[in-house]
Amino acid sequence: MYDKTVRRRRAVLGLLLASSLILLTLYFGESAGGGLHSVQRGVLQVVSPIQEGASRALKPFRDLFGWVGDTLDAKGQVKNLRAERDQLRAQAIAGVAATRENQKLKALMRLEDSAGLTAANPVRARVIGQDPSLWFTQIEINKGTDDGLREGQPVVTGEGLIGRVSSAASGTAIVTLISDHTTNVGARVNESSGITGVVQVEAGRPDDLVLSYTKRSDVVTPGQTIVTSGTMSRSDRLSSPFPPDIPIGRVTRVDEPGTDNQLPHVQPFADLRRLEFVDVLTKQINGNRPKGTP
Amino acid sequence: MNVGRPQLIARMALLGLMTVIVQVSAVSQVQVFGVNADLLPLVIAAAGLLAGSVPGAVLGFCTGLFLDLALVQTVGLSSLLYVTVGYWAGRLRELRDPQGAVLPIAVGAAATAVAIIGFSLMQFLLGVDAPVSVLLVREILATIALNALIAAPVHALVRRWLMPALPEDPRRRRRRAYTTGGLSPLSRA
Repeated sequence: MYDKTVRRRRAVLGLLLASSLILLTLYFGESAGGGLHSVQRGVLQVVSPIQEGASRALKPFRDLFGWVGDTLDAKGQVKNLRAERDQLRAQAIAGVAATRENQKLKALMRLEDSAGLTAANPVRARVIGQDPSLWFTQIEINKGTDDGLREGQPVVTGEGLIGRVSSAASGTAIVTLISDHTTNVGARVNESSGITGVVQVEAGRPDDLVLSYTKRSDVVTPGQTIVTSGTMSRSDRLSSPFPPDIPIGRVTRVDEPGTDNQLPHVQPFADLRRLEFVDVLTKQINGNRPKGTP
Repeated sequence: MNVGRPQLIARMALLGLMTVIVQVSAVSQVQVFGVNADLLPLVIAAAGLLAGSVPGAVLGFCTGLFLDLALVQTVGLSSLLYVTVGYWAGRLRELRDPQGAVLPIAVGAAATAVAIIGFSLMQFLLGVDAPVSVLLVREILATIALNALIAAPVHALVRRWLMPALPEDPRRRRRRAYTTGGLSPLSRA
């Protein structure tokens, strides 16, 4: 009797472990249109209304804990924010003058007015789920292919770029964040149009982005802002999925500056752990090339 | 086959389903000390500890599979880790039958460590070619500490939910034996 129980227990364990390994192997072996991926999309479609309901129902709970956390964080942030406020105030004053000058120049040169992101037909979505792992690389939103969402479309918040749609079902979609190791964003330093690179997550540090592939001669300093570069190539085959000039983050420090290995670290503007509403840019304008590019 | 078995299966299925939904919809979006709590290893370990190794492993497999499917993650990864957690917790109960108020906390912390470190290792093995950073280690430790803090109430909730369907509870059985006039193991000797 004892032997039978032991055998049965071991058999169940072996079966479950083998099933997990088989699923893992099959999932890696198949294409995005394979059976397991289709099952995932089906489950996503069935579960998303439940998750959306749960997300709404549990919002007071989230807000309560968020309020406690915010209060604790706020004290430490006051000093930094005051310094940033002073800096921004100075920048705003300079910005007003620059805007006035810009408008005059535009009028003089008869350039078309900036299209902005509204032309990219943004679709507003609510975040209804978030990856529970430490890597926090995915969120689930309540809009899908029925609303015009497609894989690869960029996703932004009021603060800046947060990721792109990696999987979409009819009423829901999964967004892979810029903190995922598979995400590479063509970017440039806003204060210096000649410095370009690729924003990636730093290896092993999911909340620290880096601007890779800068040149030795590129001078990047802390405090500079990083924005998307858009499509730099004339070829459509090498187009960027991200429109130009979307804010990504601010340079916090630069490792080994002035060398081939220099690595600027970028703190994202958006708080990737606390997202509630996002905009998906569903329309590509001029192949995501910067304005003025043919 | 025990009469309470279908009820146990139903209760465990509902427990796994609700845990994934609450985790994904709420707990993952709440930061405490810069990290998120992870209910899944706590619930699976508690279920294994209360119901045994086979129910624990099965719950771990099904919950992990549901999580992977619902979040469009690598299918099989979470199942593999949670099977280990559920089975290990169940075996602990079957082999040692440990008692004590700190047991759920210790088991919860260990289960979280197995799940998070295992998940990180698997992530590295499956393509994130990166060294382990100080930040990652710090976050792992913070998550284990946070989960240890909430392990006792989570264990109590799981126990309360599964209790009516459990075939027997060693502690309850012992208490009943003493209070209804049964002989204690000492007096038997």
